[in-house]
Amino acid sequence: MGVVQLLTTNRKLLRWVFLALVLALIVTLPLYGGRYHTSVLSFVLVYVVLAVTWAMFSGTTGYMSLAPAAFFGLGVYSMAILQHTLPFPIVMVVGGIVSFAFALLIGLVTLRLKGIYFAIFTFGLVVFLSELVQHLETRLRNTHGWAIIPMNTTMILYVALGLVVVTMLAVYFIRRSRYGLAMLSIGGNEEAAGHMGVNTTMVKVLSFAISSVFMGVAGVIGATQLIYINTAVAFSTIYSFMPILMAVFGGMGTLYGPVAGAVVFAYLDTMIRNEFPRYFLLIFGIVLVAVILFLPNGIAGLMPMLQERLRGLKARLRKGGQTEQHANT
Amino acid sequence: MIEQIPELVVKGVLAGGIYGLLAMGLTLQYGVCRILNITHGEFAMLGGVLTYTLITNLGINPLVAAAVTGPLMFVIGFVLQMTLFRALKARSPSQPVFEGSALLVAFGVMYVITFIAQRGWGGLRLTTTWLATKVMFAGVTLFLNQIVAFAIAVALGVALYLFLTRSRLGRAIRATAEDPATAGLMGVDTNLMLAFCFGLGALLAGIAGPLSAMITNPSTAIGFHNTVIALIVVTLGGLGSVPGSFVAGIIIGIVSQLVTGLWESSFTVTVYYAILMILLLVRPTGLLGKR
Repeated sequence: MGVVQLLTTNRKLLRWVFLALVLALIVTLPLYGGRYHTSVLSFVLVYVVLAVTWAMFSGTTGYMSLAPAAFFGLGVYSMAILQHTLPFPIVMVVGGIVSFAFALLIGLVTLRLKGIYFAIFTFGLVVFLSELVQHLETRLRNTHGWAIIPMNTTMILYVALGLVVVTMLAVYFIRRSRYGLAMLSIGGNEEAAGHMGVNTTMVKVLSFAISSVFMGVAGVIGATQLIYINTAVAFSTIYSFMPILMAVFGGMGTLYGPVAGAVVFAYLDTMIRNEFPRYFLLIFGIVLVAVILFLPNGIAGLMPMLQERLRGLKARLRKGGQTEQHANT
Repeated sequence: MIEQIPELVVKGVLAGGIYGLLAMGLTLQYGVCRILNITHGEFAMLGGVLTYTLITNLGINPLVAAAVTGPLMFVIGFVLQMTLFRALKARSPSQPVFEGSALLVAFGVMYVITFIAQRGWGGLRLTTTWLATKVMFAGVTLFLNQIVAFAIAVALGVALYLFLTRSRLGRAIRATAEDPATAGLMGVDTNLMLAFCFGLGALLAGIAGPLSAMITNPSTAIGFHNTVIALIVVTLGGLGSVPGSFVAGIIIGIVSQLVTGLWESSFTVTVYYAILMILLLVRPTGLLGKR
């Protein structure tokens, strides 16, 4: 009784208990979930990282990056190329560094681009990288694609969980810092932010690069779940648009929003691919349109919207009742 | 090597006509409706594969097919703007938010169209080439279909330019692009203009599809590639500038032929991208874009 009362009155405690339960569930899943579910959950966690880091940069600064697939793909290829020569943890570091360096370069080149030009540039970036890698691949190896040696699913799950925890902590502290405030001010009004003394270029480039580090490492982990990869798989635009969809669906204003969106859509993704593989494109397309159209602020924005509707309905009912009374008297 | 260059340039100009046509549609849609239509290339793809069906079932030639696919795409574009994008615009709190959401919605539509095309036509290349007779022109061997396609593309480009600059409807469209609120006060039905422009953009893609189907065989997988080329061309020419898109289309056509002829065809997108990167650094608004 006391425990229930404590939980219902103390929301902060409730949140921690919930978090601990989720963590415990993830950690113990390999014991009873079997290899399939463990592997699916690992991929969900990879998507969580993509969605959270995308929201960290694009959600706050307002610069829509369509490049997550580029950094994810770089991670995948780091894994494919280095899997035989280096141990897994070092490959993760390499994947992160490669993505960081590339993002820094791109950031420095594109810092003058505003609005839609940035979106176009990052969109083309994925295609550019894909073509370049494919060209080098055929030139140097004369083959297409790589086989990835499967790894212990339990180990991968824990690694992915570790990455999620590190990502969440990093994003949490960035959001709370002066630096996060600078990012938000760029999203609000970049010119004004510049006049207030924010080094907008530095903040943009650095936050773009930081978010890419996590995407690159996510790519390395994601690669272990793909049995065979080529440029079409690694640099698929789905890795760019899925995180955006997840972040928008979950709501970008909060830290948990993109996580919720990622969990929902990553499971939906696997479900559709398994149950209706032929209709995947159709369903995904319609869901994307519907979410943008009907849930522009995500599910986080849905609750206040519903409450408002309900209040309006109640008021109307009450008013209706009153007019009826008037009619009677 | 060097003696090849004039031939490649002529071929490039001819190929660039279709790129220009495709890009003009995209630039119109962005310039007026503020929608960066990622589905654009898929419309051209649909035009191409529909041409195959029309040719094989009705025995008509691709030019007649273009007269069918163009208006069909116009209707699809018109309806999309009237329903989806109009509703989205009404819900968006600001212009940048609308542009971002419209891009994502267009991506969703792209998936649906790809799905329909893959169901209907499969993933194979369909044979549609027509008028593949060789013609000697100033010492260069060309194919008749390339010349015909280029002529039609130029004619349509000029017609569109004249329509936008000289006609009453064109003026209403430009007014809507510049300032929708004021245009509305002046009696322009802005919603209708937006839908008309989006439809017109789709129409151009719907004609570019059959024209390129005359020269190379289309497949359902080509849409995304079309979009990427159109995006590069549009950015090169200046987003929203119709003549800029046509000029940039021809430049990209020449570049593609030069890279394919002198270097390697798998490098074309990489080279486009290098050009785009340099241009964005030097002149972020494109060749003929407004500052």
